[in-house]
Amino acid sequence: MAAVQGGMSDADIETDIKTEPSTDGFGNNNANDGRVLSASPGSGSSTGSNKQTAAVTPEDQQTLLAVLQFLKKNKLIESVEILRREAGLPENSLDPKATESAGAGSGGAAGIVDLEGGDVSSLLSRVTGSSSAGAQAPTKAVAEDQPDVRVVLSAYSQQGDPTLYEVYYSDLKKFIETVLDCHRAELSQVFYPLFVHMYLELVYNNHESEAKAFFEKFSGDQECYYEEDLRVLSGLTKKEHMRGNETLLDFRTSKFVLRISRDSYQLLKRHLQERQNNQIWNIIQEHLYIDIFDGMPRSKSQIDAMSGSLAGEAKREANKTKVYYGLLKEPEIELPLDDEDEEAENEEGKPKKKKPKKDSMGSKSKKQDPNAPSQNRIPLPELKDSDKLDKIMYMKEATKRIRLGSDNLPSVCFYTFLNAYQGLTAVDFTDDSSLIAGGFADSTVRVWSVTPKKLRKVKSAADLNLIDKESDDVLERIMDEKTASESKIMYGHSGPVYGISFSPDRNYLLSSSEDGTVRLWSLLTFTCLVAYKGHNYPVWDTQFSPYGYYFVSGGHDRVARLWATDHYQPLRIFSGHLADITCTRFHPNSNYVATGSSDRTIRVWDVLSGNCVRIFTGHKGPIHSLAFSPNGKFLASGATDGRVLLWDIGHGLMMGELKGHTDTIYSLRFSRDGEILASGSMDNTVRLWDVMKAFDDLETDDFTAATGHIHLQDNSQELLLGTYTTKSTPVIHLHFTRRNLLLAAGVSQL
Amino acid sequence: MSAMAEERRQKHCSVVLPTESMKAMAESVGVGQLQEDSCVALSEEVSYRIKEIAQDALKFMHHGKRRKLTTSDIDNALKLKNVEPLYGFQSQEFIPFRFASGGGRELHFYEEKEVDLSDIINTPLPRVPLDVSLKAHWLSIEGMQPAIPENPPPATKEQQKVESTEPLKVVKPGQEEEGTIQGKGQGTTTPDGKGQCLGLIRLKPRSTHELSVEQQLYYKEITEACVGSCEAKRAEALQSIATDPGLYQMLPRFSTFISEGVRVNVVQNNLALLIYLMRMVKALMDNPTLYLEKYLHELIPAVVTCIVSKQLCLRPDVDNHWALRDFAARLMAQSCKTFSTTTNNIQSRITKTFTKSWLDDKTQWTTRYGCIAGLAELGPDVIKTLIIPRLAIEGARIKAVMEGPVISNIDKIGAEHVQSLLLLSPKYPIPYHHLFI
Repeated sequence: MAAVQGGMSDADIETDIKTEPSTDGFGNNNANDGRVLSASPGSGSSTGSNKQTAAVTPEDQQTLLAVLQFLKKNKLIESVEILRREAGLPENSLDPKATESAGAGSGGAAGIVDLEGGDVSSLLSRVTGSSSAGAQAPTKAVAEDQPDVRVVLSAYSQQGDPTLYEVYYSDLKKFIETVLDCHRAELSQVFYPLFVHMYLELVYNNHESEAKAFFEKFSGDQECYYEEDLRVLSGLTKKEHMRGNETLLDFRTSKFVLRISRDSYQLLKRHLQERQNNQIWNIIQEHLYIDIFDGMPRSKSQIDAMSGSLAGEAKREANKTKVYYGLLKEPEIELPLDDEDEEAENEEGKPKKKKPKKDSMGSKSKKQDPNAPSQNRIPLPELKDSDKLDKIMYMKEATKRIRLGSDNLPSVCFYTFLNAYQGLTAVDFTDDSSLIAGGFADSTVRVWSVTPKKLRKVKSAADLNLIDKESDDVLERIMDEKTASESKIMYGHSGPVYGISFSPDRNYLLSSSEDGTVRLWSLLTFTCLVAYKGHNYPVWDTQFSPYGYYFVSGGHDRVARLWATDHYQPLRIFSGHLADITCTRFHPNSNYVATGSSDRTIRVWDVLSGNCVRIFTGHKGPIHSLAFSPNGKFLASGATDGRVLLWDIGHGLMMGELKGHTDTIYSLRFSRDGEILASGSMDNTVRLWDVMKAFDDLETDDFTAATGHIHLQDNSQELLLGTYTTKSTPVIHLHFTRRNLLLAAGVSQL
Repeated sequence: MSAMAEERRQKHCSVVLPTESMKAMAESVGVGQLQEDSCVALSEEVSYRIKEIAQDALKFMHHGKRRKLTTSDIDNALKLKNVEPLYGFQSQEFIPFRFASGGGRELHFYEEKEVDLSDIINTPLPRVPLDVSLKAHWLSIEGMQPAIPENPPPATKEQQKVESTEPLKVVKPGQEEEGTIQGKGQGTTTPDGKGQCLGLIRLKPRSTHELSVEQQLYYKEITEACVGSCEAKRAEALQSIATDPGLYQMLPRFSTFISEGVRVNVVQNNLALLIYLMRMVKALMDNPTLYLEKYLHELIPAVVTCIVSKQLCLRPDVDNHWALRDFAARLMAQSCKTFSTTTNNIQSRITKTFTKSWLDDKTQWTTRYGCIAGLAELGPDVIKTLIIPRLAIEGARIKAVMEGPVISNIDKIGAEHVQSLLLLSPKYPIPYHHLFI
């Protein structure tokens, strides 16, 4: 991105402001909004083509020229010819001088082309930068992938008297401070976005000293959770800084969403119109989205619970889509061997144990959950024999599972990584808790076996030929006994490994790294099978679907991608977050994906359509951990602010807030039955929460789902079941074994 | 409100590099005579870019799950911006910059020493760092955190201190965040501590001193080893007392054991056992996870007994009970130093006790010795104000015994020891190690 902005000269911006009417700028803004909501490759490309056919805008022409220039530079003469013919451009359009004369003659659109001509390199870098997105056509990429900087900035061209900004702002402040208490909290929400926009406007129009004065005067009034953003803003004092600043672009391209009751809104509107306060009114009109609702104004605590994200709250419509959060029907597997095994293992208590289990399994599979997606909503891989065996193992283990509750807490086994020299960046356990994988800052991926069973590689091809393929224990025979060891190292990445995930069948391992790739490793040969390229920037997290085959990744480029292991290009691109995607999680039914981001929002995406179906706001810091409850109904999220928030996916509402941690929460996990939530944090503690109680308390209350307001109880202390402090080991991963033993992992800081 | 706002405004004040740095940097790359305007423009731009990079680097730190920003984070942030990272910018020291001034200018620079390659080639290879390994331990067993060395002590020393010195503080509502919640599920507080202490009245959690079977076994083993005959076992046991983090709950037992042990063995004049018990006190005091304040009422009398008791052994003329007195005096001084506060006044009370019996003419030489040793250990101030003024009187008394008619051998030996002690006392430390190690 830096290259794009770096290459642009002041002159272009000036021209753009003059030639492009401001309504055009809006059109573009809306287009971006559209992009947010329809992000699947299919729908994305259709909008792209619509654009092209609509009219050959100057924009498109520029792009074409840029492409031509690029082709020519690379001596692809034939392609140049073809493309030129198709686009109907004059032969000499590539010659800068000729363009100049043409521009002088025809004016208008060509004029822009002319000015852009000198800037082809910057355009090119934009094209090349985003064309690697794969399926997207380069032209579309220019139009859509990057928010158009100049257009965005041009919206600031309106000139007002810089000295009056303070007057306007303090006038509004005075007004809001004097309105009735019930409206004050709601109207106060306006302060922050107004403050930022007014400040940026001052900066854009080169009123540096006024901008500084404005900032100093009013920055202290803003809510404390905007601290981080204010720090970024305070550094930004020059027009030149605005180009290339992502935070700013985010703020501009997306309208800040506020929820205000109708009464309060009317009050504000009346006041601004009375005072002829056009400056502020314009900002509200152009850059704010006010979601008006009928009914009682919200209280300060209600507002505080939901605000804090980079672009305000989620619009109510954003969370209206139906989400099929139910679980998929479990395939019915006969358990013939099971009985005998069980009998052999423990004679007494067997009949008691077996019966309820079978009943519960039976009833579950017979009754179709109305909230569950249909079984084939997304194609899932078929069960292999080995998967069935694993399922049987799982059920056996499940019968021995400890029922947890507030009076029956799980035991915690802590795995400390020693001698990692602060280099451990990611950890994952297999579902059956037999393997641990660690991603390290030195680019390596290591796998440990925590059972006596050692890790073995498959024999070489020559040796495999010698094996009797008909024998019963062929799977045992293919393993090379000489390679048995407790741990294996895998080399391949060229940067710290930030995300790691085992496939459910334990044959594969995924890792995502700073080098922009996601790698798939075989746990049979301990070699890299595929490097999935597409992100180009650090990939912060990746996770396998609970059914295998699919996986999701998200990173610094603000998009999450859905992949299938046998496709080298992503199947879906989920775009809409305004900052880095920091963590990604699959819904237990594999139909949805949740992503947490540095923009302090959580989004839930539909894997089928690629649409964003939920936006959760309320965190005051980048989100670093997510966990779905085993029944698929709830989502828990943890952030750098040390709070865990609980969400109801079906209603799209916040369910609770768990306060207690004093540092970033890097790990969250529900117990196998969903009664207890474990959270692990940088503050060296593992905490256990009684989420059953949290959910029950709220479910008895009536949801005021219509307005989406909730009253959060401050009952974190009652819900906290235990705090376990390590000596000096931040907890970076948690995992419940199938029997509900909690495993934790971290690297000692001693 | 305004104060807070003020504070925050301070934080947001944009810091800009001084223009002098720009000039210095320009000179370092061969650009002389940089215009003042360009300097200002440059410094603002550079400061802004540095802040941007710092923000990105922070992201890498967070994802690296660290609290410390490293040079590699900065490198990665630069890579994000398509800037070539600063390869090889690693430093052995925390702040690698050097300061220089001259010609009215001050400068911080990065020292690049010339390195002789042959030196590097000829130095033997450093040891290969240990490979990453995994270690598992129980962080919690069914909600209780076991007291093992891998886990932090169940009640931190600070917590124990607060509990014992300011018991009311723990009860105060509003402070319960750390106090009561931390204790939950850790076995140190009430058994019904799980989420039920929610009533409006917050009671100070009652400490239960029921020991688990393992703890009882441990206690038995340790106490037996401490007073047993095997020196190797004893050393091990004392080592365990001095380092084990999970002894908090056993502390009352140990304290009673020591106090009762001293009481019995003083009567029986069992010097060896008294020494063993004092060594246990020392080990308890050495344990960094224990705060003994609550048990001083038992420990101090025991220690003082070992300092000033008339008779500590069966044959006072032969046995070296003097060393025990010295050792106990040291312990006393140590606990005065650690636990004396304005409320408990340990130091002054102890000083008074010692002085009183020392001043008494009828005091035996053994007790006299103990008093002086106890005082001498309390530091130069005590020596200066209490011992030195009495040196002459004491000297005369010793002379009387030494040169006068022999009444008893024991008195003579006592006087000799007091004499040597008085001669020694200004010189620290009093040697006592020969007996105990």
